[in-house]
Amino acid sequence: MARYIFQRVLYMFLTLVLIATFSFFLMKMLPGTPLTMEDKLSETQKEIILEKYGLDDPVPIQYLKYMAGLAQGDLGISFQFDNREVTDIILSRIGPSMQLGAQALLIGTALGMLLGLISAIYHNGFLDYSSTFVAVIGKSIPSFIFAGLLQYYVGLKLGWFPVALWGTWEHTVLPTIALAMFPIAIAARFMRTEMLEVLGSDFIQTARAKGVNKFGVVFKHGVRNALIPLVTVMGPLAISLMTGTLVIEKIFAVPGIGEQFVISITTNDFPIIMGTTLFFSFFFVFIILVIDLLYGIIDPRIRLAEGEK
Amino acid sequence: MEKLLQVNNLKVSFDTYGGEVQAVRGVNFEVNKGETLAIVGESGSGKSVTTKALMRLIPQPPGRIKEGEILFEGKDLAKYSEKQMQKIRGKDISMIFQDPMTSLNPTMKIGNQIMEGLVKHQKMSKSQAKKRAIELMELVGLPDAANRVNQYPHQFSGGQRQRVVVAIALACNPKLLIADEPTTALDVTIQAQILELMKDIQKKTDSAIIFITHDLGVVANVADRVAVMYAGKIVEIGTVDEIFYNPKHPYTWGLLGSMPSLDSADDELYAIPGTPPDLLNPPKGDAFAARNEYAMKIDMEQEPPMFKVSDTHYAATWLLHENAPDIAPPPAIQRRMEKMSRDVQYQTKGDRP
Repeated sequence: MARYIFQRVLYMFLTLVLIATFSFFLMKMLPGTPLTMEDKLSETQKEIILEKYGLDDPVPIQYLKYMAGLAQGDLGISFQFDNREVTDIILSRIGPSMQLGAQALLIGTALGMLLGLISAIYHNGFLDYSSTFVAVIGKSIPSFIFAGLLQYYVGLKLGWFPVALWGTWEHTVLPTIALAMFPIAIAARFMRTEMLEVLGSDFIQTARAKGVNKFGVVFKHGVRNALIPLVTVMGPLAISLMTGTLVIEKIFAVPGIGEQFVISITTNDFPIIMGTTLFFSFFFVFIILVIDLLYGIIDPRIRLAEGEK
Repeated sequence: MEKLLQVNNLKVSFDTYGGEVQAVRGVNFEVNKGETLAIVGESGSGKSVTTKALMRLIPQPPGRIKEGEILFEGKDLAKYSEKQMQKIRGKDISMIFQDPMTSLNPTMKIGNQIMEGLVKHQKMSKSQAKKRAIELMELVGLPDAANRVNQYPHQFSGGQRQRVVVAIALACNPKLLIADEPTTALDVTIQAQILELMKDIQKKTDSAIIFITHDLGVVANVADRVAVMYAGKIVEIGTVDEIFYNPKHPYTWGLLGSMPSLDSADDELYAIPGTPPDLLNPPKGDAFAARNEYAMKIDMEQEPPMFKVSDTHYAATWLLHENAPDIAPPPAIQRRMEKMSRDVQYQTKGDRP
């Protein structure tokens, strides 16, 4: 097991190097420099600044320099915020995004699974149709609509929670709900389909023939067998939720990383673009590793052979 | 002999968009303590539905028990609630399913799957149940049980898994064991082992067995009595000897005639012509009439009652009516039956001492 994880971590770094290379050259293909928008600077001033940041070197040299810095854990210094390390900027911005994403993911998965289970157990009954209705709404209505509705009715009219901004946990409630609608819908849909299939399988009949009651059949025998496809879809969803969602962050004025990322692209702030991309990529490969390990925990058939005898 | 189970006029239907499918249309039989009743018939004849109805395992809806009584030790299971049934299932009546590859939970340890019934019905503690599970695994012939109890189904072969399924069914010493084609999915050598195992265990525990199969060779090997089902009804029932040596129903003739045997290699294998009737609209009269070369006019109009052949042997065919012409089975089938009777004798005598 330790060897397997070590191997996977090695591959992770290889993946990250490849991602860094591709994004570096892709980014350099964007038109303009960080100074394109600066009208007040003279050509000479621009040249001096470009030289200072090493932007007048040929692209391959810049790439090697960047990778050398990266190897030492140095993501560089931001162009827009003078003298601020990219690492600092990302770390200060990622907190709110991660917190919102994690909350939405947890609440969404738990509620969605519950809805899906209810649907499967009361298949084709009233409860099934109601929860399917919720799932369809959650999937088809974009989160910014929910955000607006929540702000107006819950935030403004009822005044239960702050409409926007960041600070206490109360500030996180509305954006979390708005973000959670999608994972609720996805989890409910997958759980329902999978559970229905599992409940129709032979081993469920075996369990019933043993005298196991409905609760035992669903929770002891059903759920675990229905989880694999759910984990497969929830993994990537977890990443997209936790790496910041521009729209929700914008609407609720959350100082998250999503907004930061977009600004850095429009201003050609190369170190920030690279840093954020790499950070997201790292997060992505890490979650994939976690998912692969989760598969093994859920389903013994996917578990690795425990050493050769 | 003491009666364990008596089924009276059992009717099971499935409500589909096309209408009511009458899968079981009035079945009567009984099972005595310690005996083995085999139910044979082709696919779709209602064998499995009948036995699933006994355990009330038919999914409702679309299925429902329309009519009839299932008297188990004198109590009518057809009227039991789901809660009451849960106390019967796995304790007094248990079931062995057809496909061992799918009938075990892939994400649960073998031991836990065997223990489940013990903990539930016999109120054992976890450690007691585990000890008993290991004993059961040894009983069904799984070596190294103490270690394997912690393994998962995918670490067992097909035959071993069926042994586990048998162990689960036997866990609480059921009075009635229903085996729904337990050997169909296994290869022939493993089939023989599982049959031996079931016979052995029956000797030890004295449980009654209902054995569903479409393999007449298996029937000759394990059963005391045989019920032949066709289109949701029992058309002939009797002891093994009566069904194999003195069959009365043309459908039974057809079944026996279509059994391949070694010395019939150069003959063409007999097949019953036609297909079973559509149970969405069961035919008027005898359901087998359309495929029956001996069918008479009355077969098209009236359903035959069960005619008594002997105290233990009944058949539902108008050929047994006193006014019916005397008809012997076709010579080819007669010859086959003679050959087979020799085979059967050889097989029963050939059992291990």
